[in-house]
Amino acid sequence: MTYEFYFGDIWKARWLLLDGTLTTLRLSALCMVLSLALAVPAAVARIAGPGWLRGTIYAYVEYVRNTPFLVQIFLVYFGLGMAGIRLNPNGAALIAMTANGAAYTIEIVRAGIVGVDRGQWEAGRVLGLSPVQIYSSIVLPQALKIIYWPLASQFILIMLASSAVSVIATTELSSITYDISTQTFRAFEAYLVTTGIYFALSVAFSAVFSLIFWALFMRRRPA
Amino acid sequence: MRALNFGDVVFLAKGALWTLALFFVSLVGGSVIGIALALMRTSPWRPLRWFALGYFRLIQGTPVLMQIFLIYFGTALLGFEFGALLSAGLALSINAGAFLGEIWASSIDSVGKGQSEAARVLGLRYGTTMWHIVIPQAMRVATPPTVGFLVQLVKGTAMASFVGFVELTRASQMINNATFQPFVIFGGVSLLYFAICWPLSLLSSRLEARLAKAYTR
Repeated sequence: MTYEFYFGDIWKARWLLLDGTLTTLRLSALCMVLSLALAVPAAVARIAGPGWLRGTIYAYVEYVRNTPFLVQIFLVYFGLGMAGIRLNPNGAALIAMTANGAAYTIEIVRAGIVGVDRGQWEAGRVLGLSPVQIYSSIVLPQALKIIYWPLASQFILIMLASSAVSVIATTELSSITYDISTQTFRAFEAYLVTTGIYFALSVAFSAVFSLIFWALFMRRRPA
Repeated sequence: MRALNFGDVVFLAKGALWTLALFFVSLVGGSVIGIALALMRTSPWRPLRWFALGYFRLIQGTPVLMQIFLIYFGTALLGFEFGALLSAGLALSINAGAFLGEIWASSIDSVGKGQSEAARVLGLRYGTTMWHIVIPQAMRVATPPTVGFLVQLVKGTAMASFVGFVELTRASQMINNATFQPFVIFGGVSLLYFAICWPLSLLSSRLEARLAKAYTR
């Protein structure tokens, strides 16, 4: 028996796929922004906070990094439901993605802050700057260069991992592909096309992140 | 809806065993693919190096879920009756091969070129050089990231539940559908994963710290 590929039905669903792709991008971008917003203060607290807070953040990061994302999605989705919080699947997906992404981002930001030489701190203190000033105008800018590539890869990883949220019937790329595959009975073709879309996104974002890195850090600054 | 009972615990325990089975199948398959790719990536022949690099980029640039679906539906189209364990195991092997292959290739690269050149001058063949000179030294560097990747692999097995393979995550989902106690079930199951993964994570970072210390000395 030879199988004949047929992409006609997938082509008919192209606008749906585009919608799903945009939703995947929107979810990933929002997740990245929220993760960073949570991770920066959490990373600072993880380094300089009181003992109980450091311990709590450490435990959270280790828990998230050592359990499957899929189980975390279930915990968030059904957990929120039990707590009486009614969210649409995309909202629950964003919360699960952020709960997951923040843990990895905390570790990235922390490594960036720790990676800045102690001497920078001491120099800032000698100049009479407050700890907040030292963080915001001396340590963070330098840490930014250290964390740039880990954060860029983190974005691509989030985008790829977001396919797992299709388990709660969201409207991102993988869920749309599942719908198309069950409606057209062309599962292999549908997943092949979607795999191609994900790959194109990874390649495109790698290129964009390289350009941004060059623009931010590699161009000669005027003397 | 019904209450949680002892049968559910047994069902989850069976799921956990299937998770471990899938993990070992994928580890063995991924290692075989990974070794082949690492040797290709470090081989003197350019097309082989490019093939390995393309494989790494393609697999690492697409979701493991898509790989699982493509293998599951693809093998069915080709007329194979693989079943869920074998097709999920094959997909995770293909996936793990890309990560292990890249880890091992860079470990081989980290062994100085002088080592293999010296071996060639002594008249050793490629196989002997690799096996007796390069790989033993590369293994020291490769161990910490390899152990770290095992954590990714254990977590990755959960994705097999998408094609209906009843491993730990799928089992917990089924029991939750019947009893609706998500905190107890998913919380408990996540702790089970944690009990497997956390020691590996700790071991990986301890090995890495020891290696870093050995290099600064």
